Amino acid sequence: MRRVYLDHSATTPVDPEVAAIMMTYYTEKYGNPSSVHGFGRETKQALEQARNQVAELIGAASREITFTSGGTEADNLAILGTAEALRKKGKHIITSCIEHHAVLETCEYLEKNGFDLTVIPVDEEGIISVDEVRKAIRPDTILITVMHANNEVGSIQPIAEIGKLAKEHGIVFHVDAVQSLGKIPINVEEMNVDLLTVSGHKIYGPKGVGALYVRKGVRIVPLIHGGGQERKRRSGTENMPGIIGFGKACELAGQRMADDAEKQIKLRDKLMNGIVEGIEYVKVNGPVGEKRLPNNVNVSIRYVEGESLLLSLDMLGIAASSGSACTSGSLDPSHVLLGMGLIHEIAHGSLRFSLGRQNTEEEIDYVLEQLPKIVERLRMMSPLYDQVIHSKQA
Amino acid sequence: MYTEKVMDHFTNPRNVGEMKNPDGVGEVGNAKCGDIMRIYLDIEGDIIKDVKFKTFGCGAAVATSSMVTEMVKGKTIDEAMVISNAAVAEALGGLPETKMHCSNLAADALHKAIGDYRDKQQKKE
Repeated sequence: MRRVYLDHSATTPVDPEVAAIMMTYYTEKYGNPSSVHGFGRETKQALEQARNQVAELIGAASREITFTSGGTEADNLAILGTAEALRKKGKHIITSCIEHHAVLETCEYLEKNGFDLTVIPVDEEGIISVDEVRKAIRPDTILITVMHANNEVGSIQPIAEIGKLAKEHGIVFHVDAVQSLGKIPINVEEMNVDLLTVSGHKIYGPKGVGALYVRKGVRIVPLIHGGGQERKRRSGTENMPGIIGFGKACELAGQRMADDAEKQIKLRDKLMNGIVEGIEYVKVNGPVGEKRLPNNVNVSIRYVEGESLLLSLDMLGIAASSGSACTSGSLDPSHVLLGMGLIHEIAHGSLRFSLGRQNTEEEIDYVLEQLPKIVERLRMMSPLYDQVIHSKQA
Repeated sequence: MYTEKVMDHFTNPRNVGEMKNPDGVGEVGNAKCGDIMRIYLDIEGDIIKDVKFKTFGCGAAVATSSMVTEMVKGKTIDEAMVISNAAVAEALGGLPETKMHCSNLAADALHKAIGDYRDKQQKKE
């Protein structure tokens, strides 16, 4: 069967060049970087090179990079580590309503443990208002944590403006850049970011590795104690194959970013416009144009439910995702779509396609050929669509 | 995550459609929670002669609706009244744990349709 992968925001394949270099760190260069001998020195050097590769992609110094087990750990380290370090200074944290669960749940955990939390709303395109952040700032605000680009609707946030604001008020600023890394430029200096989360497996690197950028002079308390690796910020023997792979993936992402973006924007717009033109009663979720990630398409298809769409697409070999309750694991649909003001029944019918390096125009044609048929079939089954049919007949 | 039988009923649902003059109609769920099931009954004497459904919802919602229509066709209304949501799920070879509550309402829709039929009968008398 034909297989079309359009779920790159969930995870990406590992680039063959990345996989090849990782392999040597399993079987040949297996030394512990903390060891004194040649085996250890060899990997220590490679570790520092990988650190540099990650740093370069975000405009940081390599000593400011702490490797972690992934984006979730980096988010936890940033938020819990700052809260712990600054709890005597203040107890107020600001975040947004469209953050990833790794940020939201961590903030809510702190709220349950004596911190105050302000959750900033977003507009209908899924973009945070800088003014709302400004209004939320209090004398005891210690941390602002906002994502660079949203994983569901691809909305790019005004990070540089919020960063400026945070700097003016002397507040630590954390940014989850898991979805934007390698897709749009990131510069921690220009954006005034103090802490930045990145992850390997969204950029054709391996799963199980990520990093937290920690600006020089910013203090965080570690979550994991032990042998003092990663400048005491994250103990535990380094995941060398993962780190090497992540470093290489960052290097490749830097080289390919402009080309990837150009190609994916074309495919994105073809897919989005094709859906809107080919299917009635469709709503585009998120911004259009420059405020949207190059690889994100998100639409709500009225009168049908998201999981049914996913199952039907899957039977044709097409992989996508949805913000319906059935796929979120709770009774409510996506908090992002609800945060943007969508009513439940429209959020239930949302469909996300996230493009990657290997997607072709022909694959988009295939989706555009199949999707209308799927929607038609499900709508004929849907009691919500009856009123539409009846009003058409009338 | 779904059994083959669930996928079969999702792909080729039995008895999809509406009925012009049904003897009973039952609807459960709402668009807010993401599942709506509507069942139409054609009843002669005490026997369910025909049944149709329309469902908005996930794979489990469609499959349970389809399954329940297959289970009740030709049955008496008393026999239909004892079919439970759990029995429908069982007939499908089981449902994922998370689907047992939110999407497993087809028997409720059926019972509501029978209730509607009985109400109409009483009014006639």
